[in-house]
Amino acid sequence: MDFVIALLGATLRIFTPILLAALGETLIERAGILNLGIEGTMLLSAFSGFVVAQLSGSLWLGLSAALLTGILLCVFMGLLSVTLGLNQHVAGLGITLLASGLALFSFRILYGGSSTPPSLERSFAQLALFKGTALEPIFSQYGITYIALLLVPILGWLLMHTSFGLRLRSVGENPEAADIAGLNVYWVRYQALIVGGALMGLAGAYLSLAQLGAFTHGMVNGRGWVAIAIVIFGNWQPSKVFYGALLFGFLQALQLRLQAQGIPLPYEALLALPYIITIIILALAGRNASYPAALLKAYRREGA
Amino acid sequence: MKKLLVLLSSLLFALALAQEPLKVFAAYATAIEEPWDGVIHQALLAAQEAGQISYDFSDEIGYSGDMERILREVADEQAPAVIFGDAFGNEEAVRRVAKDYPEIAFVFGSGLGPSEPNLSVFDNWIHEPAYLSGLLAGNLSKSGTIGVVAGYPVPEVNRIVNAFIVGAQEANADADVKVTFINSWFDPAAAKEAALAQVDAGADVLFAERFGVIEAAQEKGLYAFGSMSDQNGLAPDTVVTGPVWHMEPTVQYIIKQVAGGTYTAQDLKDFSMMAKGGASLAPLHGFETSLSADLVEMLQSREQEILTGLYRVPINEEAPK
Repeated sequence: MDFVIALLGATLRIFTPILLAALGETLIERAGILNLGIEGTMLLSAFSGFVVAQLSGSLWLGLSAALLTGILLCVFMGLLSVTLGLNQHVAGLGITLLASGLALFSFRILYGGSSTPPSLERSFAQLALFKGTALEPIFSQYGITYIALLLVPILGWLLMHTSFGLRLRSVGENPEAADIAGLNVYWVRYQALIVGGALMGLAGAYLSLAQLGAFTHGMVNGRGWVAIAIVIFGNWQPSKVFYGALLFGFLQALQLRLQAQGIPLPYEALLALPYIITIIILALAGRNASYPAALLKAYRREGA
Repeated sequence: MKKLLVLLSSLLFALALAQEPLKVFAAYATAIEEPWDGVIHQALLAAQEAGQISYDFSDEIGYSGDMERILREVADEQAPAVIFGDAFGNEEAVRRVAKDYPEIAFVFGSGLGPSEPNLSVFDNWIHEPAYLSGLLAGNLSKSGTIGVVAGYPVPEVNRIVNAFIVGAQEANADADVKVTFINSWFDPAAAKEAALAQVDAGADVLFAERFGVIEAAQEKGLYAFGSMSDQNGLAPDTVVTGPVWHMEPTVQYIIKQVAGGTYTAQDLKDFSMMAKGGASLAPLHGFETSLSADLVEMLQSREQEILTGLYRVPINEEAPK
């Protein structure tokens, strides 16, 4: 029983940054933009959040800097893919390369020559709910995890039951019709990018300001790419994205805990477990994937 | 008179040549922020500051073919006297280029052997201080369970982890050492989570082959051992010590050999081991007073036995169970 309780606690720790990034990507893709800048956006946000927190001594300022970085990079993605109408794959990968390079470059200027990674004196503390009960180890999480959990129903409601959500979805499904209906397609897409960018920034901040309180080169380590797979897995719906992230986090936590238990399976098999199961489920669920119809299509007003 | 002048000027020329610092280039597959390449980079920087070499480098070259291109460009355009680097994942490319430029000394981190006439190999042979760390960890653990979180089960990692286990089990024959691989050199969040899983499985001392583990030990109030560099500064009450690698002896030896014209392809293993100062146990930073005097004394005498060659730490490169 202890094993299961601790496993669930670990699941929530591991899934938080992936869930946040996947939720952000969901909003952006629903508006018709595939943002492959996600991986670099998370890394540069983790970095800027860390640097500001360290220099100012305030975790909250650091968190704000991370959110701002996420927003700015996604607005830049908008400039390239919405305003200029460039190929989204190229623009997104370009942003990931640019942001990763910027993070490494600035890291060297600020912390070059140190043989250990820089760390904060204090990072965000864990917040224990259900104190004294058996559930305490599950719900001793960083504040950002609770925010991520709350965001799932909030974003689901926003997307499906508000006029903001309707506008957002319409520019992702049929921007021509949205335009005829009087919507400013560009502006709606920018709005999706701004909210999504803030979520990606929050995902980065979780890594550097909460989970570790330190920054190392390459610390996002593919979580952004996993988030993109989970958006497809979740069929562009926040609730299903939540289940996808939860499943991935659970399997990742499970394989680490099985390795620690010393079960007689080759470690490679355990490491591959989350990916194999994700692929299997993706293969099954992917057949019903309903892509936003205008995904990857830059919108150009006729005559403009 | 004319003869004397020629002699004098050529002597001056030779002197000027001798004072010209050796031109050194380094080619790293990973970023220099990765601890392994970071150690090489630091040693070369130190040699540059001492005025012995002029140093330039290229990092994050990766494993998809760029290593060969960069090495050829550097060899053709800059013609350095020595090229350092890491050949892991690029073994064949490095050997191909080295063969085409016999006048340049290639000195690469490698899991394979040297290649005549000009490719020498080195590696982080820090299994000796890893053994000493294990010895200490085995004594410090009350539960008898020790956790190790490592990157990949490659020979250089296996060697360190296995030596650590030998030490731990010498201190406590029943010690249970749990080893987790995270399959990444750069994922402190996963390393921390792996360490927390080991703590939940009973581990009360942790060996951090990768970054992230020390944060877990700090959170749980446990002792941890760093790796590759002195990591006590990350968490002074948590990090007891750990194996440290020094590339300075290797770099100094190569500079001397190349400058003296006696450079030859060889395995530079000894220069990364304790006896020649290529490896050491990190300073105890005050733990010598908080640990029991018997333990510190035992540790020091074991260290002495290694340094004087009386004890040889076994080398085992099989993946630990």
